[in-house]
Amino acid sequence: MIRLVAERTALGLLTLLAISALLFFGTNLLPGDVASALLGQSATPEALHAIRISLGLDQPAWYRYLVWLGHVFEGDFGTSLASGRPIVAEVMPRLGNTLFLAGVAAIVSVPLAVGLGLLSAIREGGLFDRLVSILSLMTISVPEFFVGYVVIIVFSVQLGWLPSLATIDSGMSLIDRLEVVALPAFTLVLVVLAHMLRMTRASILSVMSAPYVEMAFLKGLSRSTVVMRHALPNAAAPIIAVVALNLGYLVVGVVVVEVVFVYPGVGQLMVDAVSKRDLPLVQACGLVFAATYVGLNTLADVVAILVNPRLKRPR
Amino acid sequence: MDERILKEGPRGLDRREFLTGTALLGALAGAGAGLSLASPAFAQSATPTTGGTLRLGMSGGATTDTLDPRTFTDWVPVNIAYQIMNGLVEIDADNKATPELLESWEPKPGAKDWVFNVRKGVEFHNGKSLDADDIIYSINLHRGDTKSAAKAVLEDIVDIKKLDTHQIQITLTDGNADLPYILSDYHLFAVPNGFTDWANPIGTGGYKLEKFEPGVRSITKKTGSYWKPNAGYVDSIEVIVINDITARINALLSNQVDIINRLDGRTVDLLKRNKKFQVIRSQAGQHGVLLMNCESDPYKNNDIRLALKYAIDREKIIKTVLNGYGTIGNDQPIPRTNPYYNADLPQHGYDPDKAKFHLKKAGQENLKVTLQVSEAAFTGATDTAVLFQAAAKDAGINLDVKREPSDGYWDNVWMKAPFCASYWGGRPTADQMLSIAYKSDAKWNDTNWHRPAFDKLLIEARAELDQAKRKELYGECQKMIWEDGGALIPMFIDYIEAGTTKVQGWKPHPMFDFMGQRIGEKVWMPS
Repeated sequence: MIRLVAERTALGLLTLLAISALLFFGTNLLPGDVASALLGQSATPEALHAIRISLGLDQPAWYRYLVWLGHVFEGDFGTSLASGRPIVAEVMPRLGNTLFLAGVAAIVSVPLAVGLGLLSAIREGGLFDRLVSILSLMTISVPEFFVGYVVIIVFSVQLGWLPSLATIDSGMSLIDRLEVVALPAFTLVLVVLAHMLRMTRASILSVMSAPYVEMAFLKGLSRSTVVMRHALPNAAAPIIAVVALNLGYLVVGVVVVEVVFVYPGVGQLMVDAVSKRDLPLVQACGLVFAATYVGLNTLADVVAILVNPRLKRPR
Repeated sequence: MDERILKEGPRGLDRREFLTGTALLGALAGAGAGLSLASPAFAQSATPTTGGTLRLGMSGGATTDTLDPRTFTDWVPVNIAYQIMNGLVEIDADNKATPELLESWEPKPGAKDWVFNVRKGVEFHNGKSLDADDIIYSINLHRGDTKSAAKAVLEDIVDIKKLDTHQIQITLTDGNADLPYILSDYHLFAVPNGFTDWANPIGTGGYKLEKFEPGVRSITKKTGSYWKPNAGYVDSIEVIVINDITARINALLSNQVDIINRLDGRTVDLLKRNKKFQVIRSQAGQHGVLLMNCESDPYKNNDIRLALKYAIDREKIIKTVLNGYGTIGNDQPIPRTNPYYNADLPQHGYDPDKAKFHLKKAGQENLKVTLQVSEAAFTGATDTAVLFQAAAKDAGINLDVKREPSDGYWDNVWMKAPFCASYWGGRPTADQMLSIAYKSDAKWNDTNWHRPAFDKLLIEARAELDQAKRKELYGECQKMIWEDGGALIPMFIDYIEAGTTKVQGWKPHPMFDFMGQRIGEKVWMPS
């Protein structure tokens, strides 16, 4: 089993390496090189040449990639071309903000989604199940910026309970921070809840007709016990996968929510960097996003192996 | 909404530098330069009070912003800079160049040499008192070997000489009666001689930087000893970057900010219904333009250009696209609020028959052209093109609208496509507007229009100190562009901003929105 886990981890690292190459060469395909972007229209050929040499742009791309990768392994992403600040110092506070928001949303949404999913599976076809079904279908079909605006209009403009701007600050206390991120986190919960909930319900129901479940019923166990004790462990793998996917989304896919609530997260940073052709910053953000996704998916695989006895022994 | 910031490209200089600003000059400003839409029930209180925090929700900031004036490409850093530092010359509400750190000036005959007196008794935040060396250093940051976006604006300056501890002389290549206006450029801020620490700018402004998170927010606090009389009322100013227009309006509605900038015509009327808010509208030189390349087919032929100018329904576009927040354009870039505006030119209006006449003259009765547009050009550019398409059909013109992505529009389409949409923010003076986009050798001659006679006239007007004569010369310049130029200018677009009625002393400004970005030191908020 340890071998299996090690294999998954190695595979994750390999994926990350492939992504880093894609990112590096992909961003280098953007029209215009960095030197001409820096110098602008009035660039003289000598100045262009000097900048190319100082940035190492006269070296072949594969060599520059290796140098860049080497620095990245040492935790050095270089400096931003637009602001001249070190990229790590730019990205870290933003990443912290994003993780905080994602964390708050995850702490609420994951137990809620799995719990509601289990409940609807237990009460399949009942009033509760149908209600949850309709509500989750509704939230899943509405785009997130719309959810965000509705939430703002209700809770901030009409009721005046919570701020519509999620400007977060390093000097804030936890309570203040929670108040500030309440609305964006709520929006994110609504957006990711339905997906996880429906997946939980579907995976449980898919194993409900299996012989061992019937056996459990024949033993005279109640439906809730059967679902929790016998169906859940076997249905866990797809649930964990979908939870990981949504957690990844909470970190990587929240740009729209960040814009609506003016939240200083890493998504907004990347959008700004792309528009200013600040390639080192784009690459750093891209790598952070990729690492999040790959990391969460690897973790999901590992956890799925751990909770499912059958997967522990590969056939 | 904010594709405009994306305009940076390999040119390095953001085009916005050269476009923003408006072109009202002088006396007429009072007549039409701006009208406050604030309800009379909330008349501004006459006596300013001190205290409170002013919170600005602004579009126009990015995480890549810095406080180095050479890099300013959008409004948020400019606004913050004016809280901390002072400019050299200020443009007042009547669009006149008034003293700021340069206290007075005198041109020598011919307007080639100018003497400027530096204000005495002004101290920087670090205690150093302002003198001529500081001013010379601050101007030179944007001259010669520099990445400054204001470099092109100052190109005509040959030499800056120190005459005295508080007096300098500036020498130009050719005479220019507008030099004080040029020195009002929003990149020119005074810092101490030799200053380089742009993370913590030291200025002579009424506020000190407390916190600056690029693209997020800034906080400044009152220094308590500001040299400017009747300015710097609030205790602190907070700028919050909100680039999304809906988020900006929500922030105002939920009382998280006191004022917001850059509203569009379609949302203003909703706000105006609410008595808690005031709307400030500044009529300005900002205009939308459809550019025809005068050297490429079929736009080479002036009859084709005229046919297109008669085939567009300007009134309808202003009503639909701008919701009325704009003025009709007459295919020349000087707004009617400018004292040099040529009012004698007949208005180009929608006239399919005239358009057909010109098409026939050009032998192109079934003209088919493609107009390339993007929202990057100006908000509503696509709608403008579609309305144009419908109107042009009646003149027998088959206008094909091609939508281009906003990202890269200024690099890939502008000044490359033969017929495309664009905008100009106008310039503080007629000379600047005409020099930057219509002079034969202008870098941004985006209609590829070359008329030596026009250039001669323009240079003559520039050095002319007699106002009547000057007006005549500029009038002739406008006429030439009007009858023969490649710019189809359907409308001038107003700046609209909004805020709570608590903010007092807030007025329209003929240059930029937010009172020329100096709103921080000008308004007060009675508690």
